[in-house]
Amino acid sequence: MSATTADESSELRQPRGQDKPGRGQAVRHPGRKGRSPIFDAPTRTGLVFRYLTLTVVLVVSIGPMLWELSTALKSKTEDVFTQNIQLLPKHPTLDNFGQVQRTIPVWHFAFNSLTVAFINVAGNIIGATLAGYVLARLRFKGRKLLLGVFVSTLILPAEVTVISKLQFVNNLGLGDTLLGVCLPDMIAMINVLLMRNAFLALPKEVEEAAIIDGANAVQRLLYVGLPAVKGVLSVISIFAFIGAWDDFLWPLLVLQTPDKLTLTVGLSYLDGQWSHDPRVIAAGTMIALIPILALFLGLQRYFFRGVAEGAIKG
Amino acid sequence: MRSHRFYTPWLLMLPALIWLALFSVWPAINTITLSFTNVHQLTGGHFIGFKNYWLLWHDPHIRDAIVNTVIFMVVCVPLLTMLPLLLALLVQRQIPGIAFFRTAFYFPVIASAVTVALIWKWLLDDRGLVNNLAQSMGFIHKTIPFLTDRWLLLLSAVALTVWKGLGYYMVLYMSALGSVRRDLHEAAAVDGAGSVRRFWSVTVPGVRGTMVLIAVLIAVNAMRVFTELYILGGRTGGVGGQDVSIVMLVQQAASGGDGRLGYASAISVFLFFLTAIPLLFLTRLNKNAQEES
Repeated sequence: MSATTADESSELRQPRGQDKPGRGQAVRHPGRKGRSPIFDAPTRTGLVFRYLTLTVVLVVSIGPMLWELSTALKSKTEDVFTQNIQLLPKHPTLDNFGQVQRTIPVWHFAFNSLTVAFINVAGNIIGATLAGYVLARLRFKGRKLLLGVFVSTLILPAEVTVISKLQFVNNLGLGDTLLGVCLPDMIAMINVLLMRNAFLALPKEVEEAAIIDGANAVQRLLYVGLPAVKGVLSVISIFAFIGAWDDFLWPLLVLQTPDKLTLTVGLSYLDGQWSHDPRVIAAGTMIALIPILALFLGLQRYFFRGVAEGAIKG
Repeated sequence: MRSHRFYTPWLLMLPALIWLALFSVWPAINTITLSFTNVHQLTGGHFIGFKNYWLLWHDPHIRDAIVNTVIFMVVCVPLLTMLPLLLALLVQRQIPGIAFFRTAFYFPVIASAVTVALIWKWLLDDRGLVNNLAQSMGFIHKTIPFLTDRWLLLLSAVALTVWKGLGYYMVLYMSALGSVRRDLHEAAAVDGAGSVRRFWSVTVPGVRGTMVLIAVLIAVNAMRVFTELYILGGRTGGVGGQDVSIVMLVQQAASGGDGRLGYASAISVFLFFLTAIPLLFLTRLNKNAQEES
């Protein structure tokens, strides 16, 4: 594993800076931002074509989800297997959700997933903020080397070490527990690096002034550093939440007892093992899908920012 | 003026250092160690040399997994490198309602792999929407066995992966497109280049760096595929058990009371070397680019 480097870390900070200066690309000309007649006079056919294509892509991307929702709302008496396709249920009903609840302890699973997600968010906020601040703002021996170790862990896909982590968690006596599910991702190395990049952007002078005022490192972190990195902190919180809520392989390996399962694992058992009714499976799926989409709709500007800043899950 | 005591950095970093050591560095080393033992889930084991790797070499399932991984890569890399770029161009222009489309295109990314796989499983069912639609419109007369045929199941999982990835790579491209020079586009247009021509000679070179990065990401992710195949294939890799991925073999080997952790570790080590190939390729490419300039 190569030890590290300013390049790699600057790449993290600036994923959009693919345009290497000196390769002759991509210098933005402030004066050229304005509209030009060639490009911006939208012709009527051009616009119609654009909206048509957008609509086709829209149907492809959310159509399957709408069909699942429709299936979840269809009553027992309505044929869901017919070639006579009905998107809108004839007699919309929530019965299927009740059926899910009778088949698996779905709310308990959801609560388990929430617990894991919140523990992961808390762990990442605390662990990544502290370490990110130190790596960005404090000078000490071995800083470069340590940063290199943090960066080099990123090339290791989570799946590769999953067995070793399983053995470790089992040896700790945390096999088949929610804490065991939380543990490995409670502080993700990518988040430490994202927080470091956020703290790097802070102007030196502000901190020097705080040092002169006699503030110690922890006070500077709390009162000077933190207020400036709120945005990135929200990004890593949201990504930690989604990561935990959506995770499947790890909880599948750790958990065995049926009442301890997280929602994703519980749903995978619902399908085929405990139910064969597509309406019920669809209702279960919606219970996992709707909260996360609602969260996304509420906080979407952070998502797009997070992706742009390189908060790649994995 | 001293900014901090010598132990402050280490104290503040302690939680992250513990996690770095216990959940990154140690598992990496231990995976290699385990791969040379016959440790099981419930019983200890001892050193058995290269036996796990020998078994792996002769395991018929690993051949299926490698074939499937290659197919995943061959389809996903070109499709997921090009389609999201076109999509990014489509949503780039500020026209009324565009924010709505961008958001909706991102829905499949946010949804968990388990949920979208279950949704697709119902769509592709023998009596599901796709088969019913195709039959009622008269395209086919027999049902298409998407979920039971060895190759159709694999392709369904590939299609699902592409569908789920579109929005994610679209957003990556959107930020890269911001740096494509507008005046080059205009100059090319003045010179009579059509939009297709401008796409290949202005847009594509403009986002080349991002494109290479995205292609590498897709290749690595194709090797790590698990949930899509696991759910669509009903946990066992389809009817004949041939629709497995490398990670699925790791999971299968490790599951249950007699989980063979040693053997699963050997597969994991193999997976690591596989994922290192695209990453090495990327480093190499970056080096060449730096030397050129």
